[in-house]
Amino acid sequence: MLGQLGEGARLLAGGQSLIPLLKLRFANPEHLVDLNFIVGTSFIKEDGSALHFGPMTRHAEIEHSELVKKIPVLHDCAASIADVQVRNRGTIGGSLAEADPSGDWANALITLDTTVHCLGSKGPRKVALKDFILDAYTTALAHDELVAEVEVKIPPTGSGGAYVAFKRAAPVYPTASTAVQLTMEGDICKDVAIALGCVGLTAIRAGEAEAALRGKRPDDKTIAAAAEAARAAADPHPDMRGSAEYKRELVAALVKRAIQIALRRARGEQVEGVHLYA
Amino acid sequence: MPETAATERIAVQMKVNGKPYAREVEPRMLLVEFLREECDLTGTHVGCDTTYCGACTVLMNGLAVKSCTMFAAQADGSDITTVEGLEKDGQLHPIQKAFGDAYGLQCGYCTPGLMLSTFQLLSENPEPDETEIRKAIAGNTCRCTGYMNIFKAVQLAGRNMKGA
Repeated sequence: MLGQLGEGARLLAGGQSLIPLLKLRFANPEHLVDLNFIVGTSFIKEDGSALHFGPMTRHAEIEHSELVKKIPVLHDCAASIADVQVRNRGTIGGSLAEADPSGDWANALITLDTTVHCLGSKGPRKVALKDFILDAYTTALAHDELVAEVEVKIPPTGSGGAYVAFKRAAPVYPTASTAVQLTMEGDICKDVAIALGCVGLTAIRAGEAEAALRGKRPDDKTIAAAAEAARAAADPHPDMRGSAEYKRELVAALVKRAIQIALRRARGEQVEGVHLYA
Repeated sequence: MPETAATERIAVQMKVNGKPYAREVEPRMLLVEFLREECDLTGTHVGCDTTYCGACTVLMNGLAVKSCTMFAAQADGSDITTVEGLEKDGQLHPIQKAFGDAYGLQCGYCTPGLMLSTFQLLSENPEPDETEIRKAIAGNTCRCTGYMNIFKAVQLAGRNMKGA
C-alpha cells in the first residue's frame, strides 16, 4: 500500500507525536495510513531467550506487563513516558520509527541487545537497533517498510537496570534521560551499558562511562568516574529546558542515580518509581 | 495539500455514552470535534490542542485518551464515554459528587477530563494513595492549581464508589 501511495504517504501508529506535528503543519503527508485496526500487531511474547513486542503494543500494555517487569529498564521506560492518556495510545514501534531525539524507547532499548524486525515490499529483514536509528528523525526504514516487531534479548542472571528521566511535567519530553543496564559477577561489574537521551541527535551510548565501570568494583569512586565520563559524552543543545551546561550536570547526576538503582536491582532488591519531576 | 482533502469523507460509527452515532466526516476531524460538533456533547473541552493539558480526556473502551490527539475515524467501532455519560438517571456519578463535595474544582474547565482520568484510575485501583493519584492525573493540568482538593476528591470518590 505504501508502495502504491508513493513518497507522500505516512504511517500513523499511536499518533501521539504525529498528530501534534500534523496540527502544526510540521508534517504534511498526502496520505495517512492508519495501522490501528490491523489485528495481531499488539503483543508481548517470551520465547526463553528474548521478549518480542508487536509494533502497535501500547506503552501502557508494556508498563503493566508481568513479563516486562523482569527487565526493569523497560518497565521504568514504559511507565515514565508522558502520561496515562498518551501511554494508552502511543506505541513502541511508532516511537522507534519516529526516532525523536527526545523519545524514550530508543534510549532504554539501546542498552539491551535489541533487534528491529522490518517488513517491506522486498520482504522481511532484521536490523540491530544501533544500526536502525541513523540520526534525528531518521531510521534505516525504506519508504515502503514498517516495523513489524521489536525483539529484546533477556539479560543474563545477575543483571539489573534502570531508566531515569528528568521532566518538568509528565506530558513533556524529558530534559535529559539515562538508561543503565549492568551485569554483576560477585562484586565486579562484568558488563554495563549506559545510554543518554535528549542530549544528542540520537540516544548516545557513553562508551567511556561504561569503561569506567566494566571489570571493576562499583563503588563511590568508579561510579563518580562513570558519571563524569557521561557528562563529557553528552552533547546537549541549550533550549527552554536548560543550558547545555545544566543538562551535562543533570546527565552526570542521572547516571549516578541510575547506576545505583541498577546495582540494587542486580542484587535482587525491588526499587519502584524511579523517574523524576522538576 | 491535495485539493481533494476537504471533500473526502469517511464513514464513522461509534457509541457515545451508550448511544450509537453514525456520520460521514472529514478524515482530519478530531475525535473531540466529533463529540462537540457532531454529537453536541460540549462537556469535553479543548484546552491546549497540543496533547498537554488533558481537558479533552474521554474514555475509549474504558481507557483514558486525549480526544484532541485522535482522529474521529480512529474511534470507529469503539465505545466512548464523555463527562455527560457519567450521570445515570439524573443522579450524579460518585466521582462528580466527590468533586463537588471536596471542592475539587474552581473554574471547572479541566474538570471533565480530570473526572474521566479519575474513572480509569478508580476502576483499576479503588483506594489510591496520593502518589498513585499524582501519577494517574499527571496528564491533566488544572490552571487554577487546585490540585490538593482534587486529590481529596479522587480519594473521596473512591470511598463513595466502594460504599455504593
